[in-house]
Amino acid sequence: MRPPQDPVTLDETDRRIVNALQGGFPLVPRPYAAAAEALGLGEDELIARIGALTASGVLSRFGPMFDAEKFGGAVSLAAMAVPAARFDAVAADLAAMPAIAHNYERNHALNMWFVIATETRAGIGAAQREIEKKTGLKVLLFPKVREYFVGMRVEA
Amino acid sequence: MTDTVLDALDRALVAATQSGLPLTPAPYADVAAKIGTTEADVIARLTRLLDAGIVRRIGAVPNHYRLGLSHNGMTVWDVDDGEIDRLGALVGALDFVTHCYRRPRALPDWPYNLFAMVHGKSRDEVEAKRAEIAALLDTAVRASDILYSTRILKKTGLRIAG
Repeated sequence: MRPPQDPVTLDETDRRIVNALQGGFPLVPRPYAAAAEALGLGEDELIARIGALTASGVLSRFGPMFDAEKFGGAVSLAAMAVPAARFDAVAADLAAMPAIAHNYERNHALNMWFVIATETRAGIGAAQREIEKKTGLKVLLFPKVREYFVGMRVEA
Repeated sequence: MTDTVLDALDRALVAATQSGLPLTPAPYADVAAKIGTTEADVIARLTRLLDAGIVRRIGAVPNHYRLGLSHNGMTVWDVDDGEIDRLGALVGALDFVTHCYRRPRALPDWPYNLFAMVHGKSRDEVEAKRAEIAALLDTAVRASDILYSTRILKKTGLRIAG
């Protein structure tokens, strides 16, 4: 189930926590205490606030972010041009496939953009063929050739 | 792609932390107890995984939509293959670009090879950022477009087999 997506207003302390802790969480025995000190907060308060930010969906989670491809898995962006009348049915087909991690509707002739993530490289082509067979639509693959930047840092 | 060798304990560490660190005063000790090793070993392994780029970073993973950044634009550009590495590095260095990749074209449907994702609280904010990228790329751009997400159809995040 997707968490709520409506914007929330953060107080000043929460905003500082979200902005300061999007990386560099200390690798020491008491990391929350160390991070809290840098923010002028108590350890208990920081832990409680991160818990509340996670519970309310402001944070998807708090912890390490892994690069799935470095585990031997494979990831590819992909797109399809789906006729409007079939759009929701095709979206439901993709939603049912564990290999599909994200799927967005976008305003373009290629109107469905999704991420295929599989445990092996061969899995990407297999997922592509499975979708094409199921939908009769052509799936274009856009695997990354080169990564110039992945930050995911956003200003709260 | 370089495959760093991960042992069974590394994989147990991934499985135990990919949903998040424990919200306890000594989270690495708690993870260690769960996977059967020591706090010092968990810290050493996470340090090594960070250095190898297998862990991109440790900290807060924000939900853009909850922060009001509900407009996301995938800006796409057709630039010369011989220039793309230099241009990609320039675009990737802009502080508001969250992802920047070279991807293959799919001619004739898709002439674009440089992808840069931008987010904003309004469409105007996203358009202003797109204009900054256009100004930076200048005459190197042969064609460009922006695709807004109009609906999230699925978002489960990536899961790694532990």
